[in-house]
Amino acid sequence: MDAALLLGLYRQMCLCRRFEEAAAKAYSQGKVQGFLHLYIGQEAVAVGAISAIEETDYIVSTYREHAHYLARTGDARGAMAELFGKATGCSGGRGGSMHLFDARHRFLGGWAIVGGHVPIAAGVAFASKYREEPDVTLCFFGDGTANQGAFHEGLAIAAVWKLPLVLICENNQYAMGTPLYRTLSVEDVSVRARGYPMEAEIVNGDDVLEMREAVRHAVDRARKEKLPFFLEAKTYRFRGHSVADPAKYRTKEEVQKWMERDPIGLLAQRIQHLGIANEGQLQALDEEAKAQVQDAVEFAEESPAPAPETVAEYVYA
Amino acid sequence: MPEPRVITFREALREAMVEEMERDPSIFLMGEEVGHYNGAYKVSEGMLDRFGERRVIDTPIAETGFAGVGIGAAMVGLRPIIEFMTWNFSLVAYDQLVNNAAKLRYMSNGQFTLPIVFRGPEGAAHALGAQHSQALESIYAHIPGLKVVVPSIPADAKGLLKAAIRDNNPVIFMESETMYSLKGEVPAGEHLIPLGVADLKRPGRDVTLVTWGKITHTALKAAEALAADGIEAEVLDLRTIRPLDEAAILESIRRTHRCLVVQEGWPFAGIAAEIITLVAHQAFDSLDAPPDRVTCLDVPMPYARNLESLVVPTPERVVGAVRRLLGRDDAPPQPVIAVRGR
Repeated sequence: MDAALLLGLYRQMCLCRRFEEAAAKAYSQGKVQGFLHLYIGQEAVAVGAISAIEETDYIVSTYREHAHYLARTGDARGAMAELFGKATGCSGGRGGSMHLFDARHRFLGGWAIVGGHVPIAAGVAFASKYREEPDVTLCFFGDGTANQGAFHEGLAIAAVWKLPLVLICENNQYAMGTPLYRTLSVEDVSVRARGYPMEAEIVNGDDVLEMREAVRHAVDRARKEKLPFFLEAKTYRFRGHSVADPAKYRTKEEVQKWMERDPIGLLAQRIQHLGIANEGQLQALDEEAKAQVQDAVEFAEESPAPAPETVAEYVYA
Repeated sequence: MPEPRVITFREALREAMVEEMERDPSIFLMGEEVGHYNGAYKVSEGMLDRFGERRVIDTPIAETGFAGVGIGAAMVGLRPIIEFMTWNFSLVAYDQLVNNAAKLRYMSNGQFTLPIVFRGPEGAAHALGAQHSQALESIYAHIPGLKVVVPSIPADAKGLLKAAIRDNNPVIFMESETMYSLKGEVPAGEHLIPLGVADLKRPGRDVTLVTWGKITHTALKAAEALAADGIEAEVLDLRTIRPLDEAAILESIRRTHRCLVVQEGWPFAGIAAEIITLVAHQAFDSLDAPPDRVTCLDVPMPYARNLESLVVPTPERVVGAVRRLLGRDDAPPQPVIAVRGR
């Protein structure tokens, strides 16, 4: 097992977790406004998946995308400043928490209408195929997307045109406050993908290594055979849908059960079990992540707000 | 100076697409029936043979899907032309156009441009019923981030479509089933008309008819009838709704002192309301009469031909409205069914 790889993944997952905690704190202080959807509990999905792809592969995500952004860019400052609505944010303060973009790193959003970005991701994959470029597009979305028309149209087109698209459903069991069994007629979202048809696989989304291997396989296949692939990552969000949601629709026991398989804890156990690092060394990595987030918060606080005279910029090219 | 030839509106559109696709390999045409069927209205006839399946792409009946595919492809540098079989069908893709295409550049702080054209016919044709007869430019022109183009003659169709394809913004390009066979002189080869520039289709001194798209021909017929009676109506064809050529509108009104907007769409919150606001605010002192509008009646389109012909603006209704504006004693009253928004 590659020690540097495991420690790198651990460090990234800590960064995602600490970033979200800091964002929630800043929200409670009124420094971050609007909607804030936290990723805590799902870190293994974003970090595992994005560690498995090339830098030139594209990523298209949702409004719960801080971790995808961080895993791709490592840019905690740009993300935090965006949440703070500052000019130095990765979207210049025009986007906010739900609309992180970084063209240079091929991070294509940050979209906040459920399912609307799935056809867009298919379009990015279409462009790669059209230009005969080797790049694959990763599209992240939640389980609640599985009933949206745009989701199905995106999958239908990706399948019939054989697009190099890897669809990653983060099944965290809840579409906002509604448990999946009340709104989805099948137990596994991936069942739906098979009908298009496309290859589909269920992955333990709390296991970063399993996630990484599954995405590596899916991307490999998408790249070589120009075929879409569907992955359903079973996971759980520890917090509510957004910071405004106390998540009273779930029992303490249920949350407790999932927190026992905290993806960061699972990876820490594995690292220690393999003798790659001890608790103190892991603690140090976490401290590093905390310091990076603290730096990002300070950067965001000190950054200027967008200049008022720029309000009408970028409406048109 | 290129040689003018007489071709149809449909051929003019095709010529624009073919010339641009020959020039730039990143342009492709995508939509329902555009390829093997040669286009539901034959606009893309022969293009599959010319460019092949890679660049003339038949889609499933999934407007949200293929509109979104176009947006994604444009985000990473391609220049899609997305055909809606009619703009009525674009409504199932409205989320893609409004929430995604119109917003991307702004909410990414200018990191992305979106060079994409959505085109197809809109408005009433003949007895197509309520779901296939809508003039929808107002609901697109409402949205910052979109441009909206509605040509009225073949030469403009070609020049504006070429400009729309070269534009780096999402452009809504609206044609009409009933105009596809309309013939007119069209310059061969390079012929570009900048977006946002109105065109005076008929000069006049007594009243300005502000119009666009196929209703321009209704306004021209009305102007012809009025001329027989000694009333000289100016017909200003906006050609582009967004950006709006405000200067051309105001310049004309300041000369004629009277403004009648003639539009196919419904009255309530329509484009005429926007233009009349502009005129009232910027040319108030030039006006000899309150600005007015002739629009589609404020009802869904009925199927029966006698009812349909009541709903769509006609030259007779335009003539009546002009006579009322000029205070002619013999002016007919407003139509029985209120055209005011309710």
